[in-house]
Amino acid sequence: MLDATPPSSLPLRPGVGYKPQHYTQIMEQAGPLGWLEIHAENYMGDGGRPIAQLRHLAERFPISVHGVGLSIGGEGDLDRDHLARLKHLIGWLNPASFSEHLAWSTHDSHFFNDLLPLPYTARTLDRVATHINQVQDAVGRQMLLENPSSYLAFTESTMSETDFLHEVVRRTGCGLLLDVNNVFVSATNLGTSPQAYIDAFPLQAVGEIHLGGHDEDADETGAPLLIDSHGREVADPVWALLDYTLERSGPKPLLIEWDNDVPDWPVLAAEIARADRALAKVPA
Amino acid sequence: MNVTQAQFRNAMLDPAAAVPAGIINPDGAQAAKRFNVYRNNVAVGLTEALEAAFPVVRKLVGDDFFRAMAGVYLRKHPPKTPLMMFYGEAMPQFLRRFPPAQSVPYLPDIALIELRMRQAYHAADSKPLAPEALASIDPEALMSTRLRFAPAVHMVRSDYPIHAIYRFNTVADAPKPAMRAETVVITRPGFDPAFHLIDTAAAKAIATLRDGKPLGEAIATGEDTLDLGAVLGLLLAQGAITGIY
Repeated sequence: MLDATPPSSLPLRPGVGYKPQHYTQIMEQAGPLGWLEIHAENYMGDGGRPIAQLRHLAERFPISVHGVGLSIGGEGDLDRDHLARLKHLIGWLNPASFSEHLAWSTHDSHFFNDLLPLPYTARTLDRVATHINQVQDAVGRQMLLENPSSYLAFTESTMSETDFLHEVVRRTGCGLLLDVNNVFVSATNLGTSPQAYIDAFPLQAVGEIHLGGHDEDADETGAPLLIDSHGREVADPVWALLDYTLERSGPKPLLIEWDNDVPDWPVLAAEIARADRALAKVPA
Repeated sequence: MNVTQAQFRNAMLDPAAAVPAGIINPDGAQAAKRFNVYRNNVAVGLTEALEAAFPVVRKLVGDDFFRAMAGVYLRKHPPKTPLMMFYGEAMPQFLRRFPPAQSVPYLPDIALIELRMRQAYHAADSKPLAPEALASIDPEALMSTRLRFAPAVHMVRSDYPIHAIYRFNTVADAPKPAMRAETVVITRPGFDPAFHLIDTAAAKAIATLRDGKPLGEAIATGEDTLDLGAVLGLLLAQGAITGIY
């Protein structure tokens, strides 16, 4: 377990998930954008343009490294090779923050490129805490763990997601990445209250907040089924949930995530401006 | 009822399988459509990664064929690492044995070019040898000189006109391919991979040099038609040589 340190050193400003097609606009923009987030796995090649661009971006902006491939909730051991690649990236880049997901994505040495769900039990808690300790020991710094978006539940779960996260933080000293869109998606899909989730969340451990767009569908019973698609603007009720959260947590680094059907830069810039206004309303 | 990750994985990759018992909706009932979100995310995500990786293969076979083929491929060869930029390593071998693709015999070699171009894009950076470096060596010493190649350099040899087919499908107004064997060498001057048609003699010479043999041996094993000056000129101009020893 690492000593308690500030959950991240990202500025209390809006950031954006970096897409290479916006490189020029990002380097030239003069808006409220304060930092960038990259997916760790996209920068694990040996060289070439992606890494050269990242070096340039890192001279201008604090960088958050967001992993999607560690499979922290996996039944099996962590992938040692992948952990070594992560250690190398974090070593040369020295990012302001590093985060990963409460999910699994690898089984039997196969990676499924999606964030898959796990039940919340004493057994899965032990496993997740062990893996987080191993990651933090390997990269030599605190990580943030992100709450997932849920579409279904497991009969075997014995504790709530917020109780599970409280206990993970207590056992590992990790920080949390609070995705308020995921909170809204999960609460809608599971018929619970998103505000009650925020009330129960360990907000003091939050080092970063994510905001993304979701799609609306329905399951076979006609119940709403929201999909965490990251392919459109952040929905109005999610902005409202952000305000609710910030009133309780105080200002936090906010990230706009848009990974599919990526729009032209002005559309993202408008979302960044909206996040900046949400932050401006919060007393420091 | 516990759901193991093996059970979850098996049901996720098989659209006809039952949803594992123990996965429920908020009312405690079976949650088939909810489970399908993961089935869909995984199949669509990996298919889109393959579409991005093999655009020329996709163009050659059409969208519907490619999607159906990707559905078979992703179940037989799920990614082995989270580095999606390298996904599809087994595609050339897979296409060689995939029965519905047998009518397009050059498809595996086109897939191999696309794979190597992608590997070249992400290859380690290297400092090219200055073109004058070879010119200053006296002819006798030159014959025993060996070349060090940049990590981005690859060669693809085919029984089919792969250079012409690739160009015909990527470059406007490129001529229609005529049947013949072709070899391409892939380089990365700067950040963008490039590929070049080379003749049989040049291909043999470059293969010899990449094996770490000296220039004299490349000439000796080469054919009468070998224009070594032109081969070295191309390699040097493309930043494909990083040193001599």
